[in-house]
Amino acid sequence: MSGFLAWEEFRWNSPDLDWRQARVITGGVDVGSVSTQAVVMLDGELYCYSNIHTGPESGRSAIRAMQWALESTGLTIEKIHYVVGTGYGRVNVPFAGRTVTEIACHAKGANFVYGSSVRTILDMGGQDCKAIRCDQEGKVLSFLMNDKCAAGTGRGMEVLAELMGLPLQEMGEISLKVEQEPPPVSSTCVVFAKSEASRLLRSGWPREMVAAAYFSAMARRVVVLLERLGVEREFAVTGGIAKNLGVVARIERELGLKSLEPKYDTQLAGAIGAALFAMSILERKNQP
Amino acid sequence: MISAGVDCGAKTVKVVILGEAGILGWSLLVAAADTSAAVERAYGEALDRAGVSRQRVERIVATGCGKLQVGFHQHLVTEVSADARGAVYLFPNARTVIDVGAEEARALRTDSQGRLVDFVINDRCAAGAGVFLESMARALEVKLEEMGPLALQASRKVCLNAQCTVFAESEVVSLVHANTPKPDMARAVHDAIAERLASMVRRIGVEPEVVMVGGVGRNPGVVEALRDLLGVEVRVPEQPELVGALGAALLGAEMG
Repeated sequence: MSGFLAWEEFRWNSPDLDWRQARVITGGVDVGSVSTQAVVMLDGELYCYSNIHTGPESGRSAIRAMQWALESTGLTIEKIHYVVGTGYGRVNVPFAGRTVTEIACHAKGANFVYGSSVRTILDMGGQDCKAIRCDQEGKVLSFLMNDKCAAGTGRGMEVLAELMGLPLQEMGEISLKVEQEPPPVSSTCVVFAKSEASRLLRSGWPREMVAAAYFSAMARRVVVLLERLGVEREFAVTGGIAKNLGVVARIERELGLKSLEPKYDTQLAGAIGAALFAMSILERKNQP
Repeated sequence: MISAGVDCGAKTVKVVILGEAGILGWSLLVAAADTSAAVERAYGEALDRAGVSRQRVERIVATGCGKLQVGFHQHLVTEVSADARGAVYLFPNARTVIDVGAEEARALRTDSQGRLVDFVINDRCAAGAGVFLESMARALEVKLEEMGPLALQASRKVCLNAQCTVFAESEVVSLVHANTPKPDMARAVHDAIAERLASMVRRIGVEPEVVMVGGVGRNPGVVEALRDLLGVEVRVPEQPELVGALGAALLGAEMG
């Protein structure tokens, strides 16, 4: 993988919680086209998680992600009471009791990550983007998905990162360095936007301006999706691109709405939602 | 009277010098970074070939997405009107024209006089234009001009799931790694773009004769796939790229 597209995998576990004291231990795994997240919750609280590259063999990524999340905790996959798999590769979570759609998991997860006031979610993933309306419990009311066009997806970001020779993780910050916001590139299509960006660079535009122009077009593309669905406050962004403050700022500007502040890593929303679904499934099973 | 049509497209500049007897000269140049310079050069070349001096040209009509780069134009016409006029001149029975250029594709319906009846344009999505084929040629490590003939050698049907040029590129790269035969993949690529073009033209209705113009008309793989999908003969002029410029020149000659 090109150096510019590399990003860091990470894991975390709570220093305070002890799984041996937990009543209900649930897991959620979100296998995406680009990244995979594994989350374990104890009685509905975040215990440990990991975020890794899915890589070419998505069949293995679920196990790898979960094992890494559990590393040094003493907890093993077998001891988790119930695991739910989600994401594009959800069929490849061999230790999952069942799968739940990513739309449902993102809504549930966003409710956790952002709080119960969230009603409209924009999830910008590796190869798709989705707009979701949900209620105060994180239940999906309606949604729209684009999985056909690279505009508004992580892949669209990668194309620009490669063109500019900049690491993916720095793109957002760089675009915020502009003093005056340039007009967006004239096309939302990644292929055309890339040609235009290339021309602009060659004509002497500094990188931050090109990034700004490209992200404005990207923002416009996703706002079209959001407006077709209908936007109700509060609004929040999940998925990897939510960490790109340059894109988020421009989406907020285009939409005329600020996004909520996340309480946890936005990339975990799907896996968190899956782990929460695991809890409700267990609760239903235990009812007389 | 001598008229000139200058079609400044996304990738190439085309010029046609037209007299009473027909086409006197033409040129086709790839427009690099400096479009106006390419336009000047192309115009000069066409005039040389026509054996006509600049002063003798009475009408200069520009078309194409870069028409404003033709600084010396007198009139502007839309690409679809130029295509309609040019196609009917070459094929008097042409009633449906499909123009596929480097970055844009259009389909139009025309009457027997070359007047526009209806049209549809795709200038939003790269997957329905020449740049899709360029991108796939790179992914297949094949020259663009070899793509069509390669597709015609296919033996098996391969499915390309991705609609988007960007995703299709990754998909083709994985298929290459899986040692899928190149002719089969080339065929899949041509089928994919032909599907999109067929979809586009069906929106305005297909009335024979169907004529294909624009640079992509030179690709026999696309033409063949379109024939299959539409179930009608698709005719292609000898120089499909020149039809816009020809149409512009014709429209110029008709202007009062």
